[in-house]
Amino acid sequence: MAEHNPFPGENNTGHVWDDNLRELKNPPPRWWMLGLWASILWVVGYSLLYPSWPVGQEPTPGILGWSQMKEYQEGMAQVEAKRAKFEDQIKGMSANEILADPGLKQYTLASAKVLFGDNCSACHGSGGQGNPGYPVLADDDWLYGGTTAKIAESIAIGRQGAMTPHKDILTEAEIDTLAKWTVQMAETNGEGGSEEGWNLFKTKGCTACHGQSGNGVLAELPGGNIVTVGAANLTDGIWRFKPGGYESARYTIVNGVNQPSNPDARNAVMPAFGQTGQLTDQEIKKLVVYVHELGGGQ
Amino acid sequence: MSTNEAAKPPSAVDDLYEEADDWHVNTGGETIHAKRIPGRWRTFKWLMASVWLIFFLGPYLRWDGRQAVLFDIPNRQYHIFSATVLPQDFWMLSLLLLFFAILLAVLTALAGRVWCGYFCFQTVWTDLFTWIEEKLEGPPAARRKLDQAPLTARKARIKGTKHILWILIGFFTGLSFVAWFTDAPRLWSTFFTGQANGAAYTTVALFTAGTYVLAGFLREQTCFWLCPYARIQGVMLDKTTILPTYDEKRGEPRGRVKRGGKEEGRATGDCVDCNQCVVVCPTGVDIRRGQQEGCITCALCIDACDQVMEKVGRPRGLIRYASLDEIEGRPTKRMILRPRVWVYSTILIVALAGIVYGLTSLAPVELKVLHERAPLFVLQSDGSIQNKYTLKILNKTPEPVTVRVSASGHDDLILMGAEDPILSEAGGVTPTNVFVRIPERALKSEQQPITFYIDGTRASGTPVEAERESVFIGPRR
Repeated sequence: MAEHNPFPGENNTGHVWDDNLRELKNPPPRWWMLGLWASILWVVGYSLLYPSWPVGQEPTPGILGWSQMKEYQEGMAQVEAKRAKFEDQIKGMSANEILADPGLKQYTLASAKVLFGDNCSACHGSGGQGNPGYPVLADDDWLYGGTTAKIAESIAIGRQGAMTPHKDILTEAEIDTLAKWTVQMAETNGEGGSEEGWNLFKTKGCTACHGQSGNGVLAELPGGNIVTVGAANLTDGIWRFKPGGYESARYTIVNGVNQPSNPDARNAVMPAFGQTGQLTDQEIKKLVVYVHELGGGQ
Repeated sequence: MSTNEAAKPPSAVDDLYEEADDWHVNTGGETIHAKRIPGRWRTFKWLMASVWLIFFLGPYLRWDGRQAVLFDIPNRQYHIFSATVLPQDFWMLSLLLLFFAILLAVLTALAGRVWCGYFCFQTVWTDLFTWIEEKLEGPPAARRKLDQAPLTARKARIKGTKHILWILIGFFTGLSFVAWFTDAPRLWSTFFTGQANGAAYTTVALFTAGTYVLAGFLREQTCFWLCPYARIQGVMLDKTTILPTYDEKRGEPRGRVKRGGKEEGRATGDCVDCNQCVVVCPTGVDIRRGQQEGCITCALCIDACDQVMEKVGRPRGLIRYASLDEIEGRPTKRMILRPRVWVYSTILIVALAGIVYGLTSLAPVELKVLHERAPLFVLQSDGSIQNKYTLKILNKTPEPVTVRVSASGHDDLILMGAEDPILSEAGGVTPTNVFVRIPERALKSEQQPITFYIDGTRASGTPVEAERESVFIGPRR
């Protein structure tokens, strides 16, 4: 720092480097100062109007009484008010009536998408594409029926499949024949099952659950509803337990389904979403419409 | 740091300092009070500025029972006279932006900062604000005196009136801006009763404050230090660009007119050093120093100089629109022979043609097809593969249209869920889900292109149709 200021009277700070490089005391431009004062005013105004200073547990509330939570709740109330018109209409309608109204159907599909994501997609997949052990909802192969009434029943009271393990009932050869027979049936849509397989199927008690023709249907009711116990349809190419094929079929025949005494048995349990109070009737109705429209509703 | 008292700056640096001293930086410490004089360019400037009347009056034009130009953001519809543009047609906006960007470039290359000098809102509003200032406070000398005078009732009254008028102009600027985005008569009826929407109040408040501060106080400082266009436009000039230029060869050396002095045989140039060109300049620059960042090429100095030249009996045009080539005596090329004029014009025409094409070929209905991804395909119990699609029918007409959906692309294709015609709502998107089934054994490849069609009839009897290609996905084979 220069002891002697070589540039006197030019409003410098006296800091001089390299002979002539010096710091001047010029004021900042006016617009800049205006900006600074405006910012300070803004801070004062803001901290008066909005929650700002941390005093104790809560910040100062601010004159406007605004809070993020309140704004969120108001926003949600607005959304609910918008939905109320549709929700009220749906309340008095059956799932079939909703399906017949294009506008309400679109509303219900959009609304139920969230419900499906929260309650169903963990097992059945985000688009109803199924998962190993969990049925596909986007096809037209229904274990308990694909009408709106049957779907509603499945969601409300749940489902639990059952199949006896046959390892002590049938011989190795018989199990082998039946497993091969299911593959033949699946590949030919129920037309190419071997004579031997059919004989076993009909004489070993399989028809009690899988039906006389092997399609899982025990009886058909007027209105399209079917009577089943949840046994798989063996006359199409859709496998209840993935990956399907000979080994899968063999495993199911040997170990059965939902047998508390047999830890190797397959699991097939659908929780009762209605009875447990997890979903309301209105929510179930919306989900019925959604599931029905996934691709295979009847 | 130096403590060597004997060290003196070398003489080469002295020269640089001398040059730097000469360079005047306007940081707004002093308000520029420019003199207003009538003249050709002054009239031209008012005429050009009057295009901004469209900004104030445009929202009140009506067309077919609604606002002629309405940018309806909540409903995502943009009405421009008989055309309705939906966000889907917004590619036209990019062409519009291209058009104006190139227009700015071509004008700058040909005639300098035309935008800054005549059209820019900063220039026009500042011009209006200083016009009001002059009407209330008088010519520049009186204004400077009033600024320095102690606060009296008279000063308070004059200044108060001025600021109220400025704020009112700012307010109407904001209100007019908002009126382009909402129904203008409704805005007027709701705004003053406190029923208008919050965005409207915020926008008007911002515009009022912005206009008041920018045109009332910052003025030329905006052009000097805030505006990016000023920089961009400055570098686009070249030696062939015509600009308000001081003819140095004719003007120098400057000399004051002597009383009784002879006009013939005088040793001085045409410039009489009256400083009028500086006095009238709204940004306070001296055009005689040549082209500079502060010059917005508003041509007011041309008026001032011409007036003086006429008074002293010398030819006009000492300051005139001229290119550097012309001033320096180089040959000038005709505008039409310059390649950049051709390049710029071609881009302008292409952009304009695109916009015209877009506006005239707005399809009344459009179809979008979204293929379901989870799952991509599903095996059905009859052995066929099913794909799910969401069709989005966009109806841009103001009436609902009933359309039928069909699909093609495979001999064994079955379309499901489209048995009934679909009512597509007016000016909106109607979604619907459909399924396509193809027997698995009939599928030849993993991906099969298929096409969806919609067709219907408008209330006026005009048929409408649209198609969209999509894909049918099956298992890997």
